Amino acid sequence: MKKIISLLSALVISVVSFAGISNADSKKPIVIPTHNWSSQIVMAYVIGGIFESMGNNVKYVNADSQAVYESIRIGDVTLSHEVWESAFGKSFTTALDKGGLLDWGDHEARTLEDMGYPNWVTEKGLCPGLPDWTALKNPDCAKNFTTPDSPDGKGRMLEGPQTWHGDLIPQRVDALGLGDLWWVKFAGSADALWAELAAAEKEGRGTIIFNWTPNFTDGAGFTFIDFPPYTAGCRPEDGGDGKCGSPDGYLKKAVHEDFPKTHPKAAATFKKMSFSTSQIGAMAALVDVDKMTHEDAAKKWLADNKSVWQAFTK
Amino acid sequence: MEYLKKYPKLFQWLFLLIVFFALCFAIDVPETYKFIRGQAEFVKDPNQSVYFFLGKEVRYYAFDVFWRLPPLLGWLPIWINDSLFFLMNEWMPMEFWNEDTQEFKTRPLLLEISRNLTSFMTFLIELIREILLGGLETIVAFTSWDFIDAYPWLELPGLPWTIVAAGAAILSYKLSGKGLALFAGLTMIYISIFGQWKPSMQTLSFILVAAPLSFIFGLGLGIAAYKSKRVEKALYPILLVMQTMPQYAVLVPALVLFGVGDHAAVIITMVVAVPPMILLTILGLRAIPPEVIEAGRMSGCTNWQLMFKVLIPTARRDILIGVNQVIMVCFSMAVISAFIGAKGLGFNLLLALNQLNIGLALEAGLCISLIAILLDKMSLAWANKQTDYFGNLTFFQRNKNVIFFAASFVIGIILAYVGTFIFKGSFNYLFEIPHNKGISTADFWNKGVDWIFDTFFVYIKAFNTWLIQDVLQPMRALYLRMPAVATLVLAVGAGYLIGGVRSALVVAALTLFIALSPWWDRALVTLYMATFGVVISCLIGFTVGTLCFQNKKSAAFMLGVCDIFQTFPSFVYLIPVMMLFGITDTSVLIAVIVYATIPATRYTIEGLRSVPVGLHEAATMSGVNKFQRLTKIEFPLAFPHMMLGLNQTIVFALFMVIIGAFIGTEDLGQYILKALSDKNGAGIGLTLGICVAFIGLIFDNLIRTWVGKRKKHLGIA
Repeated sequence: MKKIISLLSALVISVVSFAGISNADSKKPIVIPTHNWSSQIVMAYVIGGIFESMGNNVKYVNADSQAVYESIRIGDVTLSHEVWESAFGKSFTTALDKGGLLDWGDHEARTLEDMGYPNWVTEKGLCPGLPDWTALKNPDCAKNFTTPDSPDGKGRMLEGPQTWHGDLIPQRVDALGLGDLWWVKFAGSADALWAELAAAEKEGRGTIIFNWTPNFTDGAGFTFIDFPPYTAGCRPEDGGDGKCGSPDGYLKKAVHEDFPKTHPKAAATFKKMSFSTSQIGAMAALVDVDKMTHEDAAKKWLADNKSVWQAFTK
Repeated sequence: MEYLKKYPKLFQWLFLLIVFFALCFAIDVPETYKFIRGQAEFVKDPNQSVYFFLGKEVRYYAFDVFWRLPPLLGWLPIWINDSLFFLMNEWMPMEFWNEDTQEFKTRPLLLEISRNLTSFMTFLIELIREILLGGLETIVAFTSWDFIDAYPWLELPGLPWTIVAAGAAILSYKLSGKGLALFAGLTMIYISIFGQWKPSMQTLSFILVAAPLSFIFGLGLGIAAYKSKRVEKALYPILLVMQTMPQYAVLVPALVLFGVGDHAAVIITMVVAVPPMILLTILGLRAIPPEVIEAGRMSGCTNWQLMFKVLIPTARRDILIGVNQVIMVCFSMAVISAFIGAKGLGFNLLLALNQLNIGLALEAGLCISLIAILLDKMSLAWANKQTDYFGNLTFFQRNKNVIFFAASFVIGIILAYVGTFIFKGSFNYLFEIPHNKGISTADFWNKGVDWIFDTFFVYIKAFNTWLIQDVLQPMRALYLRMPAVATLVLAVGAGYLIGGVRSALVVAALTLFIALSPWWDRALVTLYMATFGVVISCLIGFTVGTLCFQNKKSAAFMLGVCDIFQTFPSFVYLIPVMMLFGITDTSVLIAVIVYATIPATRYTIEGLRSVPVGLHEAATMSGVNKFQRLTKIEFPLAFPHMMLGLNQTIVFALFMVIIGAFIGTEDLGQYILKALSDKNGAGIGLTLGICVAFIGLIFDNLIRTWVGKRKKHLGIA
């Protein structure tokens, strides 16, 4: 069976290739990865929709957000449209160095990923002085953030899975001398973070979780803690003392090295594509707030924002 | 002295415990010791010790060898990982013609082979998927993307859901009868009107590829093992490890070898589904009486004929139970495989959970359960179906099912065609009800969870605080307080007392592997959670099982409940549990208990059922009352069988503790989850998986040995 397929396809390919390779895009599908957060998935369908409007074929595959760079490098996945600097920067640069993956420019949106709290925490006065990090030094503040499993009644900060940044946050908490009042628990998944957010609000207990922007939580009000500013080399893994917050990061695009050769038009369009924080937030809100499916949200966004995306295709 | 002679075992156990506790008290906790939360390789610390082996650098915190053994196997994960990387990226680079860019490109051989293999898998999956749902990849496989672009009408249309539903009902009717046909029809209608048709068929399409392939490989390897002792000896340890290994651990190497997508999901599912098939094939072939083989030989069978015309038909029942197992395992992988790119119900379920939409996740989960149970019942019916040798039937009688199917096919197409007129401009509900456009009860379930939260939160929190502070944290501290040597002595001693030198050696080897890995502390935390989960699950399971056994109907009902819970994706209850009990160990343990109670209950009921009826009669005649009969006769006799339930409970509990990493744990599972998205994770994930498997195998070895002896003693072996 397989032999027949490969023979047949070889035949057709040779016929086609005799017809000559033009500058037109290959009809082979562009493989777009989907991860497990809303803005990324909606944007995947938005980008897919734009490519389809140009006559390209598109295929979606769900992939792990860290492992995807290796897949792009090998060519299993064609592109990635949300490379977050602080979460995936390392995987991205490693793949870039190994070869096979190309840096395909930045989005207009800047990203921030750090510890923060939902706005009702300050409205309830659970920790006066926030968002300045020195407010955390107050023992009265820390005790509003305790949970049943807190050792010695310390306040709890819920960090994302250890996958995301290793021991960055525990190291920072210790370096800033907050270790006596606060402890860091690793959540297992993004789901756990949102569950904590919902549960803490119902309970009226303070909560500090790891979060990022642009994200659907922007709508309900979420503030990031002002840690001492990031400077190059301040993190322990780069030899620093760890007394710094997260950098204002890029949101990049990446493609497999063959993409510009096989799909020159789509690649050029993808290079021009740039979304702003509010556009990304709006895409996520269609799903997280208006409860649409990801595909429908993308269709609606494409219909409502024709002027934005048609500029990319020219 | 007299007691010593009367109960020698009891005193041996006492002695072992005394030695264990003496060691625990004699060896102090080193002052520098603390539970390491991060991985040693990330933190470069001057206090760490370093050694080199095979060119790999291993960093660790050194302690007194009595307290913690040095990680002498620490090089293993790094080595596996580097080897895999070398194989996939550097070994035998060759020039391959790239038809897309029209130029030669250097690619390592293995990568090219693995990608060609997977493209074949993808073809099979897409073929089935497109028969069910429509699409163009199958046509493309025979032609090209340019071709399909020129002739877009060649795209396969897919079958209307009405036809698939009718087909499933007719097939069920043929296999079993009206009851199953009704169940099949209702299941399909449920899936369709709840808008889960497309994801369900996507899931089904990769299972319909994975299950037959697993069957073929399992049967082949099983036959090979039956024929050759050497093959069996080589296979057996691998099978044992595979059966207790958490499925996650296999995901990581699969990701490296085969990439992401449905094809990788098929391969990973096969890796998990083949071992039970092999075991049941061997079991079935072994059980064939020698007379049958003799008879076959006397009739002049060749080896080939003997195998396929005599032995396999005779072992049919066991082999078909193997098929049944394969199907169940495939569905249990439906969600997990979504992590490496499988489309379908599993992916939708994870997405729904990500939005904390418990109701939606519940509906998707129920679809998985229903399809699994349907296929399970169908395959069992097939296993039990007798061949009808009295073939004196008319044409209509012989072919009525085909005729009915043909009729429903035509009707389905007419309906779908009519549908295009009725639902003009909107979705053609008679063809396919789109995802999330059907009925949904999600709101009801979400409100239900909210209600529970609002009503019981105060009590839940008080209970949670008590449990964590007074039970779980002290228990965890006690486990971590065990010096490595004391644990080793306890394990080996137990092995010796139960199974003699042989068991002691096996247990010692398994324990040493974990102790010499870099993750002993983490293994202790896994063990603490598993122990707690197993104890509570067994208490619940044995009680519920015993109570339900008192009545035939309630026992059957309970087994049905067990079926549903076993196939129901465990991820779904992670979220409500997390909402109620927070991101704590309690949440993980509740999920563990929900899942691990299933085998405990099932084996209790089946164990009690296995007590011979004759003994009941005899007991009743000797005038015992119901309670005496239960405690004096049924329990002792059913005990070995119930212990096998304990064995399963341990495996289930370990599995769920590992999944607990999604809530947030600090055990082996956390690192497995981490390895899943680590580019250097393949070796780490695999070694961690082996560690978990070995914890399971230690108990498996002890329990099986004990059960074997006990059965011999009771004369029911």
